[in-house]
Amino acid sequence: MAMLELSGVSKNFGGIHALINVSLSLDPGEVVGLMGDNGAGKSTLVKIVAGNYPPTGGSISLFGSKVSFHKPTDAREKGIEIVYQDLALCDNLTAAENVFLGRELTLGFGPFRVLSYRAMFQRAGLLFAELKSETRPRDLVRRMSGGQRQAVAIARTRLSEPKIVLMDEPTASISVRQVPEVLNLIRRLRERDIAVVLISHRMPDVFAVSDRIVVLRRGEKVADKAISASSPEEVTGLITGAIESA
Amino acid sequence: MAAILEETTGKQERASLLSWLVTRQTFWVSVAAVLAFVILSFASSVFATQQNLFNVTRNFAFVAIIASGMTAVIVSGGIDLSVGAVLVLSGMVVGMSMNVGMSFWAAVPLALGVSLLVGGFNGVMIAYVGMPPFVVTLGMLSIARSIAMVLSNNRMVYEFGPDQAKLLALGGGFVSLRLPFLTSIRVPNPVLFLIATALITGAAFRWTRWGRYLFAIGGNERAATLTGVPVRRVKVSVYMFCSLCAGIAGILEVGWLGTITTSLGQGMELSVIAASVIGGANLMGGSGTALGGVVGAALIEVIRNSLILLGISTFWQGFFVGGFIIVAVLFDRLRSRGGGE
Repeated sequence: MAMLELSGVSKNFGGIHALINVSLSLDPGEVVGLMGDNGAGKSTLVKIVAGNYPPTGGSISLFGSKVSFHKPTDAREKGIEIVYQDLALCDNLTAAENVFLGRELTLGFGPFRVLSYRAMFQRAGLLFAELKSETRPRDLVRRMSGGQRQAVAIARTRLSEPKIVLMDEPTASISVRQVPEVLNLIRRLRERDIAVVLISHRMPDVFAVSDRIVVLRRGEKVADKAISASSPEEVTGLITGAIESA
Repeated sequence: MAAILEETTGKQERASLLSWLVTRQTFWVSVAAVLAFVILSFASSVFATQQNLFNVTRNFAFVAIIASGMTAVIVSGGIDLSVGAVLVLSGMVVGMSMNVGMSFWAAVPLALGVSLLVGGFNGVMIAYVGMPPFVVTLGMLSIARSIAMVLSNNRMVYEFGPDQAKLLALGGGFVSLRLPFLTSIRVPNPVLFLIATALITGAAFRWTRWGRYLFAIGGNERAATLTGVPVRRVKVSVYMFCSLCAGIAGILEVGWLGTITTSLGQGMELSVIAASVIGGANLMGGSGTALGGVVGAALIEVIRNSLILLGISTFWQGFFVGGFIIVAVLFDRLRSRGGGE
């Protein structure tokens, strides 16, 4: 049984059909590259899964049971985490503080609670070690490289033992040298049986790390196949419309 | 693996404590304040006397109490221009209600309640309606002072009813601190409140979720929202906290002066903001310390006091205080550029 199952999902914004009858399934530990030109519906699809807005038609089910998300925290409670393109980090806080932002560990009882930095530093250290990242919990995010920042954002999703992580252009805003570091982070997630949806414009990155590729064009799914059965040339053709579907 | 990592990072932190300290604006402002203190003790025979220090500490206490609240607001990326007006409103509420015979124990909570209400209004307009803090609190600056004028009919109030002695003792009194081998030190009550406010604020900044949320909101509000921080509620609470500080200072100041006029606290918001900024609060949000605001306020008062003692015209006060604001921020800017940021 698939972990996440979208069947016939559509989304209209007024007269604009952002998504038309898209079906998609995700298995545990699977990395799916989601590709498409600007305006193809990638962000809309991700936002529907992340609970930012409900679909106009179709249904979403998690482990076989239907779900409907009204806000992002609904999706998060069900184990769907999202890594935003800008990572949503606070530069003025440490790595550990960012990881635990909104979910701080505290000591005490009732309303008398103090932050437990010790526990947060320790747990964050473990998460970074698990991701094999050299990020240090006490460092300020402001002083970090793009790859380390990405590790902080991913470590944040790991806090809640997620089932699915949606990543929006994780390699778009970092230097080329750090791309392998980020791709390794994605592989770490896969090792933990977490399904990853990777939205990216960068063909080499998608081919380096994905198991399967899904291409959207003008709101419709035009391809959904194993990465080994496809090629960058074919995908480029699918994105632009030179190849109708595959 | 993680334990080793933790150990090494921990060690690094200790080793670099000194280098961390010298990057803090609060540290340098403290050094400047101590330096000014030492120089003045030599330059003026009056400065280091008990009576003068008693006056200096009491004078800056009012600004410093509010500076704790202002620093919290600035850390969250906002600004509160209404503190001077809240101070006079709170003072006027306590003064007028005691004037008509209300007990001290009812009048003080009433004044604090009014202050919280004003802060709550500011916060709701900013957080829920989405208006810029500058505009909302600028409006409130005018509104709160106007209400104070209406309440008192713009009279000077100096009759505080049956509980007058309590009010005067609260603001004008002091606690004698007995020290071994030294003569006892008189600590003015406002200074005790200042210490309490600063300690509470400092602890809240460091050890509570609320404190972390202020820094997170000031650093990246969108990120804070996305990660589930209750941004709006925190914003309302921080304006309420700032107003409460101003309300407390207002009550104390009325008690100290023994009288209240509607001109009390006029232009005070600028001194308070200056104190916070000199103490290292960044007006862009995301950084600042509770201690910084206090030290900043102390430095301003030391400058003012020293000019008087050294016989320099009081017209120069603004020049020196303003100069210090610019130098403090300039210094901060140069330092962070040197740090390769």
